Amino acid sequence: MSKKTALYEQHIAAGGKMVDFAGWEMPIHYGSQLNEHHYIRQEVGVFDVSHMTIVDVKGADSKTYLRYVLANDVAKLKEPGKALYTCMLNEQAGIIDDLIVYFIAKDCYRLVVNAATREKDLAWLNKQAQAFQISLQVRTDLAILAIQGPQACQKVDSLLAQEFLAKLDGLKNFQFLMTKDWLVARTGYTGEDGYEIMLPNEQVAKFWQAILAAGIKPCGLGARDTLRLEAGLNLYGSDMDESTTPLESNLAWTVAMQPEERDFIGRSSLIKQQQRGIEHKLVGVVLAERGVLRSHQRVVLADGSSGETTSGTFSPTLNKGIALARVPASIKDTCQIDMRGKLVTAHVVKPLFVKQGLPTQQINLILNLNTVRENL
Amino acid sequence: MSEIPSDLKYTSTHEWVREEDDGTLTVGITDHAQHLLGDLVFIELPQLNSEYRVGSECCVVESVKAASDVYAPVSGEVIAINDALTDRPELANSDPYGEGWLFQINPADPAELDELMDADSYEEQFADSED
Repeated sequence: MSKKTALYEQHIAAGGKMVDFAGWEMPIHYGSQLNEHHYIRQEVGVFDVSHMTIVDVKGADSKTYLRYVLANDVAKLKEPGKALYTCMLNEQAGIIDDLIVYFIAKDCYRLVVNAATREKDLAWLNKQAQAFQISLQVRTDLAILAIQGPQACQKVDSLLAQEFLAKLDGLKNFQFLMTKDWLVARTGYTGEDGYEIMLPNEQVAKFWQAILAAGIKPCGLGARDTLRLEAGLNLYGSDMDESTTPLESNLAWTVAMQPEERDFIGRSSLIKQQQRGIEHKLVGVVLAERGVLRSHQRVVLADGSSGETTSGTFSPTLNKGIALARVPASIKDTCQIDMRGKLVTAHVVKPLFVKQGLPTQQINLILNLNTVRENL
Repeated sequence: MSEIPSDLKYTSTHEWVREEDDGTLTVGITDHAQHLLGDLVFIELPQLNSEYRVGSECCVVESVKAASDVYAPVSGEVIAINDALTDRPELANSDPYGEGWLFQINPADPAELDELMDADSYEEQFADSED
């Protein structure tokens, strides 16, 4: 029996094509995944991401506990109202999940973890909690909306309660505001500006309708995937999992090795891996020719060694096949990708393709280069 | 509901076939197929003047979601391809039976045409499930 979010009826009413996603019936698109992608890059759109799991950590040891369980350091969050992105690692430094942690109060933090990893995350969090004075509460009473795009803030601000209004202007990236049961965060998974808003299930349908009435288009999880890939954001289960560490997943920046005295799960394995040398890394690839990249395609380097695409798609912004790929660290500027038995040339780039609606400088150089070649 | 023109023939793999006056066949993918695939972003057309056997892969249509083979509905030589799809693959979404045609084939054995389905059988067997 698949689960439904509090907005299920709203999705049906908006023409959502529902598919199974980690046991939830979620909209993959509302007619055109491509149009929804462009709405978010150019204007604004809204996703229902209530399938994600919200866990509140409460108690005197909350901070100590999270400093032990998470690879990034919550001590970096100097005051309530700030959030950070982190991995949760096992002893071997394999990634159990990636998540955002919100600092609500001295003895209260909120974690938002993936839907597909819900059960194992909760089991792990509970297991590690034994030695600490904390309690974990799963907030199934809350829904989550992500409103993303260059016009997101402008369109949403007026729909929010008076108590938020005065403070929204100064809200920076990875900061949030909170009332009793609403949380408005300047975070997202698209590479665009916007908010992620947590609110009670019983209020979400009304808020959703107000959002649509303000001209914000509903967008499905299909567009969410192409947007996050263009923005070079990893997807758990595709680009990383328990067999990979943050150091080979382009996530070294999310691991706080300082201060050295902080003992977190996975730390000693990461140090060992650093000493051995990092053999693989996650890069971006862009097809030189027309085509679409997919996950699990073989990537062949000039020296004959090989890697694999971890997620691939057609980039609606670049009109090119793009992918993230885990490859030997020795990779150079170009590689070959095995597309259905045919080897095709691709450019190797930093794993970031589109930033705030536009191709990155590196991508621009490559795309222009291709145009020049075609003209010759 | 998807559109299934009654003057066309169909395959079980969701190609449509139109018999032209000169005996050649125009081939595309059905409305039902384009709907299942979603937004098309890339179409690899068959080689002009190559010969294909009935049922062999001759073309690939790719949406954001998936890549799907298109099979030769009959044996024969490809005598025209729809170049417009190179820049505008979305034509196969918006007008699958018109501007979104894929290729034309000169059938080697007209008897193979009898193996194709009419609109009623196609609808009954393959396209009656909504989405």
